[in-house]
Amino acid sequence: MQKTRRNLIIIEIVGVLLALLWLSPFYLMVVNAFKTKREIFEGVLGLPQALTSDNFVQAFEDLTFIQSFFNSVIITGMSVGIIILFSSMAGYVLARNKSKLSGVILLVFVSAMLIPFQSVMIPLVALFGQVDMLNAAGLIFMYLGFGCSLSIFLYHGAMTGISVSLDEAAIIDGANRFQTFWYIIFPLLKPISVTVAILNVIWIWNDYLLPSLVLGEANATIPLKMFYFFGQYTKQWHLALAGLTIAIIPVIIGYFFAQKQIIEGVAEGAVK
Amino acid sequence: MKNRDFTFWLFLTPVILGLSLVVVIPFIYGLFYSFTDWNGIKATTFLGFENYIKLFQDEEFRAALWFTIKFSVASVILLNILGLILALLVTRKLKSSNFLRTIFFMPNLIGGLILGFIWQFIFVSVFDDIGTALGIEALSGWLSTTNTGFWGLVILTCWQMAGYIMIIYIAYLQNIPNELIEASQIDGASSWQRFRNITFPLVAPAFTISMFLTLSTSFKIYDQNLSLTNGGPYNSTQMVAMEIVKTAFNENQMAFAQAKGVIFFLIVAVIAITQVYYNKKREVDM
Repeated sequence: MQKTRRNLIIIEIVGVLLALLWLSPFYLMVVNAFKTKREIFEGVLGLPQALTSDNFVQAFEDLTFIQSFFNSVIITGMSVGIIILFSSMAGYVLARNKSKLSGVILLVFVSAMLIPFQSVMIPLVALFGQVDMLNAAGLIFMYLGFGCSLSIFLYHGAMTGISVSLDEAAIIDGANRFQTFWYIIFPLLKPISVTVAILNVIWIWNDYLLPSLVLGEANATIPLKMFYFFGQYTKQWHLALAGLTIAIIPVIIGYFFAQKQIIEGVAEGAVK
Repeated sequence: MKNRDFTFWLFLTPVILGLSLVVVIPFIYGLFYSFTDWNGIKATTFLGFENYIKLFQDEEFRAALWFTIKFSVASVILLNILGLILALLVTRKLKSSNFLRTIFFMPNLIGGLILGFIWQFIFVSVFDDIGTALGIEALSGWLSTTNTGFWGLVILTCWQMAGYIMIIYIAYLQNIPNELIEASQIDGASSWQRFRNITFPLVAPAFTISMFLTLSTSFKIYDQNLSLTNGGPYNSTQMVAMEIVKTAFNENQMAFAQAKGVIFFLIVAVIAITQVYYNKKREVDM
């Protein structure tokens, strides 16, 4: 028993050291974001001589951070909202309709997940360009198209746990289909809605390529703005690192408050 | 609910419109245009397989494909080993288990573009400083050669995704009944025997999932490639996804890029289908 105890302590120490190694890129980023250009040139491993916020102030302004943050929030929020609403509706009727056709429709959605973005992006941009939809609204609609497959699949799976007798009771009580769905079924799907929301937020918040093809610089999301910003400050690491630090702060804050749900949601999305 | 039901179709309309206009129709259009001289606006002549023949003769595309294959093989192997080790580590009864899990998973939440920029700093400046301090020459000049660019991308991908793979393995490790472990301990099995004969077979389904995920993700990587090496030096670390984007939007060869996109789809689809098939079969055999 004593031997297992000692082993556990050794494993614990190894684990903590590994975690520190894992965090070291973030540590190096933050520490060097406080340095001047000259200090970085002299060495990146030491601590900064003085804690000045100059780099952060300039990066914050050049990133037009408040603007880009709100662009990201609006695009992610709207996209995830409509993905949840429309995918849950689809998952619901596909689960309740036991016909062959319903199975085929589900299969089409699931198969569409095989298509990589690069295989459709050129005609997609051309088509949306023709109808003047290369803007935030078009982008949100595109996210629905790309994101609904996995979400429908997850909702469809979750529906198996919700008895048909609930629908029947509601219909007898005089509810129509939409009321049945909205007041009875949708609330019961809440756990899977959380999973769907988490998976889609992680993806859309961080997405770079699609917004770069669709949005102009005025509507740029954080990753897009970060790309322009980085190009502007190549080899000026003190500013670039301050910008990168600012860009990940919202994600770290979100993770801090919802880490349990995030890890569970991601596990559920992957294992299904 | 019947197929004729109005609500059935009403509830499906938004997603059917979304999938059709964003994925299905562009895909079919793209397939058609890949056989023409389409320039993004109009196509004037039908070229048959000309774009496809040209594509297999295109040095840059072939190099990108080969680089992507090598990168994916290295990433899939390392990610699965690392993910399993991390999962075994945090499922021990450690005081810091939750904390470790949180830390290992964290990079996964941040976008590949941003992580690539951070690691560019680590590889170029930090590695160089450590190399100089310790007198290790191999640590300087990272990302300036094909080889260091390759390993840079592999390290970045492993660091970013290992926590994700860890989560998948944890889900399966926690399903192993405790009685099995206890029984093996009574029978005097060593930890290696226990791992080999109990843990490993019961975690096998997790390999299906995580191999599929890691292979398809590493094959389609774009953001990390763009921000870490941008394909350099001399396009030698350019992966397929990036090569297609460049052909389309930098060189304006839309039909040619679309043909590459079609081939890219075929490869990804074949990988996914064979892997699901192979893993299903192996699980049954076990």
